[in-house]
Amino acid sequence: MSYAQLIGDWQALVVLFVAGVVPNQIWRMLGLWFGGGIDEGSELLVWVRAVATAILAGVIAQIVVQPPGALASVPDGLRYGAVAAGLVVFLLTRRSIFAGVVTGEVFMLAGKWWLG
Amino acid sequence: MALPPLDSPQWSSSWLAFGWGLRSVTQTILTLVLFATYLGIGALAHDSHFSLLWALCSTLFVWAGPAQIILITTLGSGATVIQSAIAVTVSAIRLFPMVVSVLPLMRTPTTKRRELFFAAHLTAVTLWVECHRFLPQVPRERRIAFVNGLGFGLVSVCLTANTVGYFLAANLTQTLGAAILMLTPLSFLFSTARNSREAADVVALALGVLLYPLAAKMNSGLDILVSGLVAGTIAYGVHWWREVRA
Repeated sequence: MSYAQLIGDWQALVVLFVAGVVPNQIWRMLGLWFGGGIDEGSELLVWVRAVATAILAGVIAQIVVQPPGALASVPDGLRYGAVAAGLVVFLLTRRSIFAGVVTGEVFMLAGKWWLG
Repeated sequence: MALPPLDSPQWSSSWLAFGWGLRSVTQTILTLVLFATYLGIGALAHDSHFSLLWALCSTLFVWAGPAQIILITTLGSGATVIQSAIAVTVSAIRLFPMVVSVLPLMRTPTTKRRELFFAAHLTAVTLWVECHRFLPQVPRERRIAFVNGLGFGLVSVCLTANTVGYFLAANLTQTLGAAILMLTPLSFLFSTARNSREAADVVALALGVLLYPLAAKMNSGLDILVSGLVAGTIAYGVHWWREVRA
């Protein structure tokens, strides 16, 4: 493992703070300062939560549809099949995260092995 | 492990309460889910060409799985700093109501705001869920220390998982590396689905997944934001329509 892999450059850390830490942390600090008097069920927050959920859903889709690194070595159909198989088991087991994840992983590994 | 009764001398100091919080990390299945998720984040950071230090700093200072994955995925696929920052901040808005709703559980009339700083920083979906489960069994004046201990334990687990995931991605065969990267979408899909209480949450999740490939075809660089805004707004429309009809 090289120095670049372990430490990297300082520009990347600056980007981490500007694009990641500050835009994320600002909401916690606002909650700390202006907490109280905010209705968790307010209409604006319902919309915000829906958009936030959909953005996360988009990222999940992006990783599966345009996979990074080693995941790109798995054929498209196998990745989609793994998510579908995991989802079926997740629903059948009354929403067990563990069962869904294990099924998806086993499906993908078994498929990869079977395809050679 | 059961927590001691509220009047037990086991709660007599903040350090003891911190210790009980730390030990409570072993009492939840969510620790396992977090470990798997952060194993995946470590591997994702490796395969997206970020350094290990960068991955660990993101866990320590961002401490929100969705934001970290959005950050790594968008920056890794060539988005600008501004585009990533917007996607991250939208994903993080949900932390605001979480912090607002969790801090009153540990506040006493004499609590100062700065004493709640770490509790606010540590607040994310796992801690939020566990606070509602554990805190009724913790004396009120020891709750901040307990939460700090619980959060410290969870962060440590995730930093370890990041490091293990990073090295596994660097050294494993391609197939096993792929399996670790696959942990991220699977664990996030199912944990988000599990947390979906209303129809709007389910619609946002399902439409968000389905609309992304369409948005990606536009190749605007704002794919995630476009599909997220459209799917989220439709989901809100479903919520609104049900409210009006009810």
